[in-house]
This record gives sequence, C-alpha cells and structure tokens, in this order.
Amino acid sequence: MVTWVYLITLLALILFGYWLGQRRAFRVSGGRPVNLHSLPSYHGLYVALWAGLPSAALAVAWVVLEPHFAEWAMLQQLPPEQRNQSGEDLQFLIIAIKKVAAGYEVIREVTPAMERAAAAYTRVQEMGQTIALAASLGLAATGLAVGQRFVSTRLPARNRVERVITGVMVVAATLAILTTAGIVLSLIFEAVRFFSMVSPVEFFTALSWNPQTAIREGQVAADGSFGFVPLFAGTMLITLVAMLVAAPVGLFSAVYLSDYAPKRMRALVKPIMEVLAGVPTVVYGFFAALTVAPLVRDTAADIGLTASSESALAAGLVMGIMIIPFVSSLSDDVMNAVPQALRDGAYAMGATQAETIKQVVFPAALPGIVGALLLAVSRAIGETMIVVMAAGLAAKLTANPLNAVTTVTVQIVALLTGDQAFDSPKTLSAFALGITLFGVTLLLNVIALNVVRRYRDKYE
Amino acid sequence: MSDAAPTTAPATPPASAASGPDLSRERLRKRYAAERRFRLYGITAVLIAVAMLAVLLFDIVSKGYTAFWQTHVKLDVTFAEEVVDPEGTRDPSEIKRANFNELVFDALFETFPQLDSEVAREDLRRVPSGAAGAELRRMVVDNPDLVGTTQAVWVKTDDKIDMLHKGYVDMDAPPDRRLVDERLIEVYDALAESGRIDAQFNTGFFTGGDSREPERAGILGATVGSFLTLAVTLMLSFPIAVLAAIYLEEFAPKNKFTDFIEININNLAAVPSIVFGLLGLAVFINFFGLPRSAPLVGGITLTLMTLPTIIISARSALRAVPPSIREGALAVGASRIQTVTHHVLPLAMPGMLTGTIIGMAQALGETAPLLLIGMVAFVVGAPSGFTDASTVLPVQVFLWADSPERAFVEKTSAAIMVLLAFLIVMNATAVILRKRFERRW
Repeated sequence: MVTWVYLITLLALILFGYWLGQRRAFRVSGGRPVNLHSLPSYHGLYVALWAGLPSAALAVAWVVLEPHFAEWAMLQQLPPEQRNQSGEDLQFLIIAIKKVAAGYEVIREVTPAMERAAAAYTRVQEMGQTIALAASLGLAATGLAVGQRFVSTRLPARNRVERVITGVMVVAATLAILTTAGIVLSLIFEAVRFFSMVSPVEFFTALSWNPQTAIREGQVAADGSFGFVPLFAGTMLITLVAMLVAAPVGLFSAVYLSDYAPKRMRALVKPIMEVLAGVPTVVYGFFAALTVAPLVRDTAADIGLTASSESALAAGLVMGIMIIPFVSSLSDDVMNAVPQALRDGAYAMGATQAETIKQVVFPAALPGIVGALLLAVSRAIGETMIVVMAAGLAAKLTANPLNAVTTVTVQIVALLTGDQAFDSPKTLSAFALGITLFGVTLLLNVIALNVVRRYRDKYE
Repeated sequence: MSDAAPTTAPATPPASAASGPDLSRERLRKRYAAERRFRLYGITAVLIAVAMLAVLLFDIVSKGYTAFWQTHVKLDVTFAEEVVDPEGTRDPSEIKRANFNELVFDALFETFPQLDSEVAREDLRRVPSGAAGAELRRMVVDNPDLVGTTQAVWVKTDDKIDMLHKGYVDMDAPPDRRLVDERLIEVYDALAESGRIDAQFNTGFFTGGDSREPERAGILGATVGSFLTLAVTLMLSFPIAVLAAIYLEEFAPKNKFTDFIEININNLAAVPSIVFGLLGLAVFINFFGLPRSAPLVGGITLTLMTLPTIIISARSALRAVPPSIREGALAVGASRIQTVTHHVLPLAMPGMLTGTIIGMAQALGETAPLLLIGMVAFVVGAPSGFTDASTVLPVQVFLWADSPERAFVEKTSAAIMVLLAFLIVMNATAVILRKRFERRW
C-alpha cells in the first residue's frame, strides 16, 4: 500500500518536474529555445532527475536498512542476558518475537519483555514506514525545487543528463559481474561454514552420502555422512547416457540439415528443433517419470533384467532428447563456419559429399564440435528437473544404468526444499554441492567457449 | 573420376588397364553405398528428433485432454427448508452455515432407495466430490428462492468415479489391485445406467486454486503466480538488459574491464539454473530478508538468470543496425546518446523485443531455482500481490506430478498443455515480430 502511494506520488512529481523544467527553460530563453545551451526537453529531464534520483536512493536505502533497524530496536527491549545469547538461540528468539508481532501463536512462553520487544518492532516498522514515506517524498519535492533553480540559458542540461544516463548504463552492465560475484561469494561463504564442520577431504573422498543429522541428541542415525563420490558418479552416469543419445543424433542431424537437407525440409525441421529446445524441463521430467521410466522397467523385465522404477537410463534418455537441439544447433553453427573453399577443394578432388564431410569438414570443425559437446555435457550436469523427477534419491555407487542413482542437483533440491535450519551441515552441504557444481560447469564452459572462439578466429 | 578412366586408358600399361576399371567400379560402388548410408544416418537422426517431439506431445495430450472434462452426477436435490434455512430468514449468512453435503447425500439416498444398509450408504457417500456441497451453497446463496424446491443439479463426482467414467480404471486387473473397489464400481454402474453420469466441461480447472482433491484442483493460483513473477522479471530484466547492451555495444571502450564484463555475461548464460536458486536463497532471502515463496523474489532470481540471454540477443540486434545510420546522425550534430536513442534504438527494438520474449518464455518454463526459494506454496486461492506466498505453473506441474492420486496425472498433463500453450503464444509472437519488423540492410 505504502509502496504504491510512494511510487505513484514519485511518478507524479517526476512528471511535474519534467513539465516544469521544460517550461522554465522556455521562459528563461525568452521564448526562443535557440538561446538555450540545451533543448528544453533536456532541462525537463534534468529537473525530473533531480526529483527522482535522490528520493529513490533514499527509499532503496530504507528498504535495505529497515529490517536491521527494527531488529535492533526490538533487541533493545530485551534483558541483556537474552540479548547476548549465542547466535542460534537468538535467531529463534527473534523469529518468535516477529511472530508475536504479526499476531501469530508461538510455541514458547511469551515473556513481558518479548511482548515489549514485539511492540517496539511493530512500532518501528509502522513509524518507520510513515517517516520514510514522508522523508523520501520530501526529498523528491526538495530535489525538484533545487533542480529547477539551476535552469538557465547556459545550463549544459543535455551533457548532465547524458552523463547520468551513461552512469546508469555502466551500472546495468556491471550487474553481470555483481551476479557472478554474488554467486561465488554466497556459495563460498556457506560452503566454508560447511567445510568447518565436515572436512573437505572427507567430502571429496568418502564413498557414502547420507546427509541425516540428528535433530535431537542421541538420535539414531545421528551422524550424517557427506561423501560426494556417489553423487558425482550418479551425475556422470546419467550424463553419459544423455550424451550417448544426444551426441550422435545431434551431430548427424546437424550434418544432414546443413549439407543435405533441401531448403524446405530445413525450414520445417529447424523450428521443430527450436520447439524441442523450448519445452520446459519439468515437462521432460514428467515424461521421463511417467512414460519412459515404466517403459524402461517393463522392457528390462521382458528381457530378463531387473530395473528399478526410477532408473538412470530413463532420466539419461530423456535428458539426451532434451540436449539434442542444443548439440545440433551448436554444431550446425560450427560446421557452417568451415569455409566453402575447403569443401570445394574436396569436391574438386572427386570426393563424394559424405567423404567431404567425414574427411574435410569434420576434422576442420573438430575443435568447435568438441566445444559444443563440452557445453552439452555442462548442460547435462547442471540439469535439475528431469533427474529430480525421474532419478532416485538414494545415493548408490553403481555403473548399472538400470539402477536408481542420485545426482548433485537432485540432492541440492532435496536438501533445500521444505523447512531448513541454516546452520546444520545438512542444509549447508547443499551449498558445498552448489559450489562444486558451479566450479565444474564453469570450468567446462570456459574451456568450451575458448575452444570455440579460437576455432572461429581461425576461419574468420 | 569414373569418366576420366577410359580416356586415360590407352596411356596406361595393359595389365592395369585390364584390372583397373573393374577395381574402380567396385570401389565406386562401395563409396556410393557409403554415401547413401551416411545420408541415411542423417535422415534417421532428424527423424528421431522429430519423432521424439511428436511422441512427447502426443503423450502429454493423450494423458491430459480428459482433464478438461469433469465427471458430474445428476441429483434431484431437495433444498429442504428445515436444513437450509430453519429460521426462515432467507439471510445469506444464515444459509451459508447449513450442511449442504447432507443435502447431496440425501439426494443420493433417495435415488437408490433400495440401498438402505449403512454399508451401502457409506459407498454412496463416496460418490460426490467434497466440493459438491459448496456448489449447492453457492447456488442457494445466489438464488434464495430455491429453498424448499427440488432441483435437478449436476454436481462434481469424486475423482475415483471420474477415473472410472473416463476409463482409466483397468477392469482386467484383479479386483484387489484396481484403483477403485468393487462396491463403488457397482454404484457407478447403477448411476450410469440411469443416465445420471455425464462429463461436463471443467471450468473449475481454470478458475480454481490448488487442492488436495484432484477434482477441485485448478491452475488459477499458479497462473496468477506465474504472471506476477514474470511481471517482475520483465520490469527488471528488459530495461537493465537494454541499457547494458547499449553500453557494451555502443559506448564501452575496449579495455580489460569491459572484456571482463563480457566474459561474465557469456559464462552466466551457461551457469545451471539451480545455481541461481542457491544465489536467490542465500542473498535475497537469507541476507536481505525478503519473503520466501514470493513472486518478488522469484522474479528477481529469474531476472538474474535471463539477463545474459536477453543482453546477448539485444547486442546482436544493435550490431545488425548498419554504421551508416550512426554516422548520418553524428554528421548532422546529434550527440552519441541522441544517436542511439533517436536512431539506433528504434531500429534495433524489434530484435530486442524478440530476444526479451524468448527470455521470458525461458523464465516461464523454469522450475529448479524457484523450488529453492520456496515457491512450492500450497495456495488455495490466487496470490494477490508481489509478496504473497505463491507458486508458478511449472512448479505446480512438479507438485502434481508428485501426488499419488491417479487423477492428478491428467491434471498434470493438462497443466502442461496450458503451460505449453502460453509458451507457443510467446514464441509465435517473437517469430511474427522478427518476420514483420526484421530489416535487411
């Protein structure tokens, strides 16, 4: 509610600032805009920026700081021995007080201090909201008043406005770096906490994965085991099956589409490939779990093998189908980049089309194709929904694709959906898995992108 | 090659002339066979890919089309005054409190007066959906004149009857392994014989929220959640992507910093989506304290995920605008920003929009990162704001796919069909945009 009031009022002020600046510029020019350094519309934008930017900055700062401030005010009401208790207990206390403040039932006993704290919390939130609203709108009005005073014939409004625009563009471009940094830092931060509880050596070498930690002391299965190896093996097994499907089908269809197919067929098949690529992975997961997995199980039973109802084969096959268009379009690009002169040379020697492709185009495109396949592998490793729905949860160290295996991504999802306490090794292990996953896919991507780029440079 | 052989034959020694043509013909036959085989592999590969899509779509549609119909049973419901409105006030708030399920059961018992044992009545009670009473309540509240009358009303049946009517129950299976027990099948047969069972269009599927009972479950909540999430994603990612693309393509000096940005964008485009979920969980929820399960957080997370895709396509749209446009504008005295905003950007806009729509389609189908930030909320109604707990269509598909009831299979498939329909519309818009506004210079 308050957000909308703020946004609408701010927008109105900005528009008013634009109108005012423009009009003032026109007036100071004596009715002849040619006397101005910048066009009146730039003066309008200039005043609008004065009205909008400082106010928006204040509002954002408030949104970020408010929870911390309210929490601080809440803690001031608590007796010191409660305030200074250890991290975990304090967190639970804070959560309980917030619940009291929101009017929910809490399990623990509500002390008068807690009620005071909850009241303080609510008060800070309510008052803070009003104050912040008034302050940021006041700042907008002040900015508007200040900005419009600067309007004169000599004001380089265009240059100023353009400088702000350029600044905003730089910030937008830098967001990519911030995202990467955010991923790396947040994963490392949580992973380091995990590795302080479970040693990295154990994590990367232990052969069993069973992330149960005791909720109560002395519980059965009190010690979880965090061995990464079975997860890695499961991921690799499924990836292998997927690549066995996707690599030949993708490569051959790329060859056929780029060198053999008549134009009309290409115009028909390419969009079909795009549709295949655009199907959400959860749909593939459903297909794998409800259609392919029973099929695999029944077929295996018919030929006398036993397959579990969730098998690596089913997940891998469907993942392979998902990756076909990816391999196909990447290797299509790569093979199209091979200069026609190389093909013409081979034809001139009397080679058939297949010989040209096998002996000239393919070797020339090999680095690029390897790059494409590496990207596909990285895609398969990071794929989540298909394996969540069609591979199993039990970590088993096996090379038999008819068994159920689990993967890194499945475990991340399993560990982080539902209720979580953020300091058990169980939850934190998801971040250790996450950073491993991120590291492996990043490595594959960097290698692949480099290979592809170097290959392209060679022929350009 | 083969043509050349006879003409050079006189110059070659007799021995090789005698054996040469035969050998080359043999070799040629093999080479042509290899050529045909190779071509066959290619066609097979393409056909496999196309066939897989066909199988996938056929599988989904054949499983899901029945969900658009819901089995109803016709009951002659007597809206007895002493049950509905004992005080005779006709006050909607009084009427609301009446036990409408009892009316449904009474109507069933009257239809089958011969089944008066307690066991048989227990079976009859399993016929209507738990929502049947609510349907009647809505009818009476809307029209209080119904009180005291007897009306023929079609009410939803339970999902077991629904499955029976749609033929999903394997009658050849031994009775103890069937989805539905013998007694309910008898009741169903009796109802069907008297023409009281019929499949009607399932509007509830489009207007209802999630439910544990398959016959009540609908996709409205998830659709609204998807819409809110996508709105956040669009509002954030489009401006940021356009600004970043303009900077990198038109203004950025060639230096280490901009190289680094580019490497980052290219790598982010290939980072597994689940990692963005971890980022969202660790940063937005744990660090900034934003609400879990909210479209706001989902939208921000998906923004980070789709940004690289949109930036890359926006840059190629900018690159497609020929330099002469820029030079012309600069020559008449436009500043660099004016050149971009007045000339380059309008020409590149269709391409940028195409890229954005494709990015949005990708965001609409994404599931994994949203699972991690808790968008698995069980929402009965539709979320009403950006900070309400909600779920999205693909996550709804995931949740229903996990449900044990057989009837959820068709609901899941139908939800997938709706999701695919949205994606097809979006992609078709992108294609049309590209076709209509694409300029070749």
